[in-house]
Amino acid sequence: MDLDSIYRAEYGRCVATLTRLLGDIGLAEEAVQDAFAVAVHKWDEMPPNPGAWIVTTARNRAIDRLRRESTRQARHAQALLLHRPDEPKEVGPVRDDQLRMIFTCCHPALSPLARTALTLRLLGGLEVAEIARAYLVPEATVSQRIVRAKKKIRDAGIPYRVPDAAALPDRLASVLTVLYLVFNEGYTSMSGELLRTDLCLEAVRLARALAELMPDEPEAIGLLALLLLTEARRPARVGPSGELVVLAEQDRSLWNRELIAEGHELVRWCLRRARPGPYQLQAAINAVHTDGPATDWAQVLALYDQLMRHTPTPIVALNRAVAVAEVHGPAPALAAIDELDLPGYHLLPATRADLLARLGRTAEAVAAYDEAITLATNDTERTFLETRRARLTPDD
Amino acid sequence: MKKYLLAVQFDESAPAPSEGELQEQMARTTRVTDEMRAASAWVFVGGLLPSHAATVVRPGDGTTTMTDGPFAETKEQLGGFWVIRCDDLDQALSWAEKCALACGCPIEVRPFEDAQRD
Repeated sequence: MDLDSIYRAEYGRCVATLTRLLGDIGLAEEAVQDAFAVAVHKWDEMPPNPGAWIVTTARNRAIDRLRRESTRQARHAQALLLHRPDEPKEVGPVRDDQLRMIFTCCHPALSPLARTALTLRLLGGLEVAEIARAYLVPEATVSQRIVRAKKKIRDAGIPYRVPDAAALPDRLASVLTVLYLVFNEGYTSMSGELLRTDLCLEAVRLARALAELMPDEPEAIGLLALLLLTEARRPARVGPSGELVVLAEQDRSLWNRELIAEGHELVRWCLRRARPGPYQLQAAINAVHTDGPATDWAQVLALYDQLMRHTPTPIVALNRAVAVAEVHGPAPALAAIDELDLPGYHLLPATRADLLARLGRTAEAVAAYDEAITLATNDTERTFLETRRARLTPDD
Repeated sequence: MKKYLLAVQFDESAPAPSEGELQEQMARTTRVTDEMRAASAWVFVGGLLPSHAATVVRPGDGTTTMTDGPFAETKEQLGGFWVIRCDDLDQALSWAEKCALACGCPIEVRPFEDAQRD
């Protein structure tokens, strides 16, 4: 392993531990960066446990640095260090540090964009430039978001702690949302940039870490299963010329069998726990999609009915309607989405267009595709909708 | 320990609650304050009269001018506040949740400056 991959793998963990030791994320980051700078000069050979080496070096560098400074913050951090003279232990405390860091980065008192940026930076070890490229925003924007979030954590007193049992369900939901959004950002972008695929992989990596840290939280396991089963289909999602391929037309031999097997195993574990939640149900739906040669739509519909009881949102209702169309035909599905209010969301008119086309109401279908094309957010989806529309009017 | 201000954002344009509702609201907020006292988190609490009773004093060129009314003519005005003492934002937020449910208004949570720590 080279230093770059060590940095990527260990940065988050080391910053998490140093934050506990120093009581401040900013100081912790400086110390860890100092330690990596030392490593560049000192490591002729890789130490047996590079993470532990970095933590110890960072701690010593931090002590040196704090002794030279006399600010209030520095004195506070120094006092914290003196109260914990023992070397940071491996495994147990380190895992707890990471879990604390996840909850701090995804705290609901931070703006959603700040949560994402902090999570990728502090837990994923991504550089500011990488985050900026992945989200197609200027580096300065990401950097400012992270600086402001860290300032709020310090000034408002956001604790570095796993929330208590009463607050845990809500706070865990916030963490799961951040990871899901990171994944979706990578998955739906389709801008053809490999960097955005990185977001998917990073989300899977973080979801895996969370599932390992909270092995008894069915929703954490459910999110991991959902991401694995979605990620497994990614190779089949785009055709040879970059066009979007819908589930029914995907080449199933391109799916990643290993990820599917792992996802199914996790879904079965969730079913045994019998404490269903929105992520577990979505994972179960994706398990049905990836089970056997074709989707069992009746089962998918039953799962959507259950999901509607947990999260009765217009998006879930829209997805449920797709299953309704497969089981009961396009007419009842169309009736089910008629009342939905999803302003600006291109998949509503796109779904309506598809249902209208199946009912032979071509003129209305074309109009609905037009609406969807105007609202589509990227070229891949726009091209896909244009192809669909063209199929309806072969003479044009 | 840190100190936090829990400021009640009161919507002055909303229809006034009935006498009964008002009594209930008062009883609920008093209960939260009592709970704060019992938990040693309470520092101060006060309800304010509506902004029609407010006057703003502005500095300028070494003198001052006075104007009738609140600082900003917005729908939501400071209706009252608690000052509490606790370990961190999570504790402050859980008090704010209780306050919001008790008085039925949004609560802005603001930490006091570091120098105010004790």
